[in-house]
Amino acid sequence: MRDLFKIAVRNLRRYKRRTLLTVSLITIGVVFVLVFISVSGSFKAMMVGQITDSMLGHMQVHRKGYVASIDNLPLNLNLTPPMVKKLEGILDSQEAIEAYSPRIKFGGMFSNFVETTNIRLNGVYPERELKTVPLLSSRISEGKAALEKGEIIIPALLSRGMGVKVGDPIVIVATNKDGSVNGKQFRVAGIIESATGPGGRDGYVHIDDAMEVLRMTEMEVSEVAIRLKDFDKLAAMTDTLDTLLAGDVNKQGKPVFEVHNWEKLSPFYNIARMIDVMTFFIKLMLIAIVLISIMNVMIMAVYERIREIGTIAAIGTLPGKILSMFIIEGLCLGVLGTLSGCILGVAIVWLINTAKITFNFGQQTGLILSATVQPADLAIISLIVILVSVIASLQPAVKASRMEPIVALRHV
Amino acid sequence: MTLITAENVSKEYHTGEITVKALKGLSFSIEPASFVSFVGPSGSGKTTLLNLIGCLDKPTEGTLKVADTDVSVMGRKESAAFRGSHIGFIFQDFNLMPVLTVYENIEYPLLMVQSLPPAERKERVEKLLEEVGMSDQRNKYPDQISGGQKQRVAIARALVTNPELVLADEPTANLDSETAYAVINLMKKMKAGLGTTFIFSTHDQKIVGEAEIIYSLEDGRLKEKTVMKEGTHA
Repeated sequence: MRDLFKIAVRNLRRYKRRTLLTVSLITIGVVFVLVFISVSGSFKAMMVGQITDSMLGHMQVHRKGYVASIDNLPLNLNLTPPMVKKLEGILDSQEAIEAYSPRIKFGGMFSNFVETTNIRLNGVYPERELKTVPLLSSRISEGKAALEKGEIIIPALLSRGMGVKVGDPIVIVATNKDGSVNGKQFRVAGIIESATGPGGRDGYVHIDDAMEVLRMTEMEVSEVAIRLKDFDKLAAMTDTLDTLLAGDVNKQGKPVFEVHNWEKLSPFYNIARMIDVMTFFIKLMLIAIVLISIMNVMIMAVYERIREIGTIAAIGTLPGKILSMFIIEGLCLGVLGTLSGCILGVAIVWLINTAKITFNFGQQTGLILSATVQPADLAIISLIVILVSVIASLQPAVKASRMEPIVALRHV
Repeated sequence: MTLITAENVSKEYHTGEITVKALKGLSFSIEPASFVSFVGPSGSGKTTLLNLIGCLDKPTEGTLKVADTDVSVMGRKESAAFRGSHIGFIFQDFNLMPVLTVYENIEYPLLMVQSLPPAERKERVEKLLEEVGMSDQRNKYPDQISGGQKQRVAIARALVTNPELVLADEPTANLDSETAYAVINLMKKMKAGLGTTFIFSTHDQKIVGEAEIIYSLEDGRLKEKTVMKEGTHA
């Protein structure tokens, strides 16, 4: 085998310019894919991080049917106190859960005593909420994130539209689940930017204030947002909670709870999927580049060496060995291209990180692009290129091995 | 005991609707350790006959036995294996591997065809390098040596597997007459030393005289067999 490699490498060196050109082409393809994967992966991770860590949490538990009606913020689909107790018992027992935050979500009227508009409010325990969605504080453009009772964080949209500033008094009026209306005065503690760009009418109040406005005697929460210690265990934890909560059924025999991870709750999941699809097509392009370039060069190699093939076949080289010779030649091209591509790709990613390129996402500005090359990506790309190199060499190699020596020797 | 026995061997080629009869009912036999030449004008069937003896092609009719094996019925792999162990080839254009050195070219059949251990390969190659006078050129590549030297390397490559038969198709066609005689004499020397049968085709009348047995071919038929006692070239 060592001698077959020796002959293959020497044959590649024999046509230096062509070998260099083919290896360069594969190198460019590998570099392009590596850089794309690492940059898009970084953007995707950043985007998912922003969505989950500043708003949604990694996953949420609702009462069955709540998510389907979430636009109406239905108070009658809140989790009842026994349900909350049961859920908290399960969540507390899970090692994988870092923090969770119960939320009472409701719609109300927001008044600055001059004008009135509608607002969506989240009643939360400020500390627990900040533990569950730690980037929430980074969205506070003015004021503070740590709410106290009687304080409200209002969306920037309302602040700008109605000229309300930090420290101003405002009134929230809301209808409770029985239909009665109640109001409460708050002081603006902070102004929050939307996580996903212009728009957004979500404000935050203390959960006790939410209960007071809604005249709840016992806490009925709309959702429980959950943060995991390890984001990669999201799917497993979703399944675990699904299983643990499946036993609770209502009178109709249907589950009481429903568990959703961020993918089911955010439209940004589709963007993340699109990045995956784009990555897949970029990989396909790489396969095409490698396939065409190596097949082309190997067809040329076979055509130019027909008499040599005839000679080695005539002196008794078995077809299998001739096949191996050409496959190894293609393999060497692939390995060389992969090696140089991986080295160059990692170097370019390092340069990108050194340059500290910034970008904006939603209201978050100046996010630093932190491209990372995962060893798994390197391994997968290398494997793809090497495998495709062998496949591309196969047809010319088979042709060479099946050549009749008498015909090959006559070739001019 | 004969090394090669041909009985009524014919070979036809089909080109579109045209059938060309390259060999027409040839019968002959060749003893081991002979130095045989097939001569004749272009198109007489010399190369076709050597191809059949060398198991590179199959007769359309008749029986051809080489080293007691009916080579007319062998499959592709079987033929390759038979060639690798029984036959050596010397080509008109030398056909050395350009990426291998002189040493590696001679070693190639032992390495890639017979898969012999390194020590045995070394011993055989060294011996042949010495015999063909190419020891000092062992590390050179084919494009760094002359035509005569290339053919010496080709002879060594053909003999390195200790074949019973070496076939040489116009081995001197691309050489000047002095080098041609040197190559033929080297082949004769190797034949005498190793007892290998050499069969070569040529249309060079001066070279023909070096053979012990001359078969004349004309229009695909065996016209004449001449047995020479000594080479005529001084």
